[in-house]
Amino acid sequence: MSEDRVKQLEEKVAELEVEVNKPILILDHVTMQFGGLIAVNDFHNKVIKGELLGLIGPNGAGKTTVFNVITGIYYPTKGRIIFDDIDITPFRPYQITHLGIARTFQNIRLFYDLTVLDNVLVAQHHELSNPDADRILIRNGKPPKNTKRFWFWRAVTKLGYISKEREMVERAKDLIERVGLSHVMYEKASALPYGEQRKLEIARALATKPKLLLLDEPAAGMNPKESEDLMEFIRKVRDDFNVTILLIEHDMKVVMGVCERIIVMDYGKIIAEGTPEEIQNNPRVIEAYLGKEWENV
Amino acid sequence: MVEKRLSTKTQVILTLIFILVMALLLWWADKGFDSYKQRVLRLIGIYAIMAVSLNLINGITGIFSLGHAGFILVGAYTAAILTLTPAEKEMSYLFGIQPWIKNLHADFFTATLAGGAVAAFSAFLIGWPVLRLSGDYLAIASLGFAEIVRIWANNALTVTNGPLGLKAIPEYSTTWWIYGWLLFTVVFIASLVYSSYGRALKAIREDRIAAEAMGINVFKHQLMSFVVGAFFAGVSGSLYAHWLTTIDPRITTMGPMLTFYILIMIVLGGLGSITGSLIGAAVFAILFEWLRDLEQPFSFFGIQVPGIPGMRILVISALFIAVMIFWQRGIMGREELTWNNLYKWFFGRKKEGERS
Repeated sequence: MSEDRVKQLEEKVAELEVEVNKPILILDHVTMQFGGLIAVNDFHNKVIKGELLGLIGPNGAGKTTVFNVITGIYYPTKGRIIFDDIDITPFRPYQITHLGIARTFQNIRLFYDLTVLDNVLVAQHHELSNPDADRILIRNGKPPKNTKRFWFWRAVTKLGYISKEREMVERAKDLIERVGLSHVMYEKASALPYGEQRKLEIARALATKPKLLLLDEPAAGMNPKESEDLMEFIRKVRDDFNVTILLIEHDMKVVMGVCERIIVMDYGKIIAEGTPEEIQNNPRVIEAYLGKEWENV
Repeated sequence: MVEKRLSTKTQVILTLIFILVMALLLWWADKGFDSYKQRVLRLIGIYAIMAVSLNLINGITGIFSLGHAGFILVGAYTAAILTLTPAEKEMSYLFGIQPWIKNLHADFFTATLAGGAVAAFSAFLIGWPVLRLSGDYLAIASLGFAEIVRIWANNALTVTNGPLGLKAIPEYSTTWWIYGWLLFTVVFIASLVYSSYGRALKAIREDRIAAEAMGINVFKHQLMSFVVGAFFAGVSGSLYAHWLTTIDPRITTMGPMLTFYILIMIVLGGLGSITGSLIGAAVFAILFEWLRDLEQPFSFFGIQVPGIPGMRILVISALFIAVMIFWQRGIMGREELTWNNLYKWFFGRKKEGERS
């Protein structure tokens, strides 16, 4: 092989590596301050495409605030958030969801009076009704999710709508089947047991076709066996649906088994970052979780 | 797993048959009823339009609006001003009249549409600031809007003829006009509610934070629901005006009382159920007329009761309290009376605890 060819290939490999290690989400020195309380202090990190990243820390460390800043519920005091090459800092939550970030909530927030199927269908509605978010996509040189207009009149008159509705229902049913909830398809969400509600919330988030999925303490309130099953489920979701997952977890044990990389927060700051093994042996992490007395034991 | 249900074709045929039967019944009633019963029949239709439109706002979207009478009043005045001829208007306006209002004239259908459109536009204007509020605050703000409109109508002498109101409005609201509009209202709102947009509205009712996180522009959807509801309120206002033949801005005609009556209808029928609203409106209208006898002197198990004005409101309130205690979610709850549900109730009873 000629030297030129080798060089060419090397360049190609380097290019691909950049593509593979491309961050999907960058938090650029994000600070969130509520009056005198700094909930998130200079958070600077990134999420790589396709990884399963854990965000852990003791109670009140600011993990959920990070989620709320990413999803647009709070506007950060300082810093920027860049998702998929778009600066999403100023956007509203529904626009951010349209761009490709979906989330679940720490205390499950389902549409309890709606059926499982309707819960998932609601999450597809944004494809019809968010022209302003589509304009953001177009402005940034990305394809919009919806090319047709006047969906409201289509929905009311049913002209050019029935096929879309059928497609949405089909997609929702397929998704519900894939997450293993098809036996409760027409049950109200409130009638589901706790574990299935968690699954439904993840399914609902997946229905928005996200590139990045934010899970806020998915294993909260579960026993060890249940949370182990859930972690298995999350790993499966990542592989099947080809999404990047950022996961908040309070319980370290749970997160160790599933995450490839872990960020540890305490008092709004990142105190450690690395693989599960590195985190497990990091003295600062142990201190944050167990306190200083640990040294005296 | 397949849910037991009828095919779409069967449902459409059944619905068409149902509409035909109802039309025949109405035709029969229109011919056979005396004029008093006819007026009650028409009132049921008007109340039903009001209830279904308020149900879209309050029951489906979960915006607790108390401003419905305001939209009805806007629609009623717009339509009445349009259908009165310039000569008639000159006669009834004692304080003078704006020349451009005097010369406005349109047929009943256009006037009704215009009433709806003006009401919808006022909902758009008021919804923009008010829908940023939620819960109790929104209820108070919308009630405030309705009162402002009413008091404006009381004082804008050259536009609305002030406290004297508009008189001798032609009685255009025939049974056919009213039930035609009711059919259109129900088809429009049901079509909206049972589409992706309706699901989004229900999601907002259930949890607005989660709805926003699922990509729904909560404010825009609430405004849409508010405007659509106000449009049909305006339409019902026009029909109401041409049924009453006299409108004035008193509290009892189109003030807060009317809002509360409609609220009673939709809560009685079941918040969030369109068929429930229809049932609620019918029950309320019939009870309200039937109980009129209570205001005459009557004997109750040998006890002589003198005629007390307002007695029927007392009785209705007591009945309403009883319904709320024993039937908290109203007659229909959030269920709909659909062919599928009827079919399920009669033929497809599932065993308790069995999952389909």
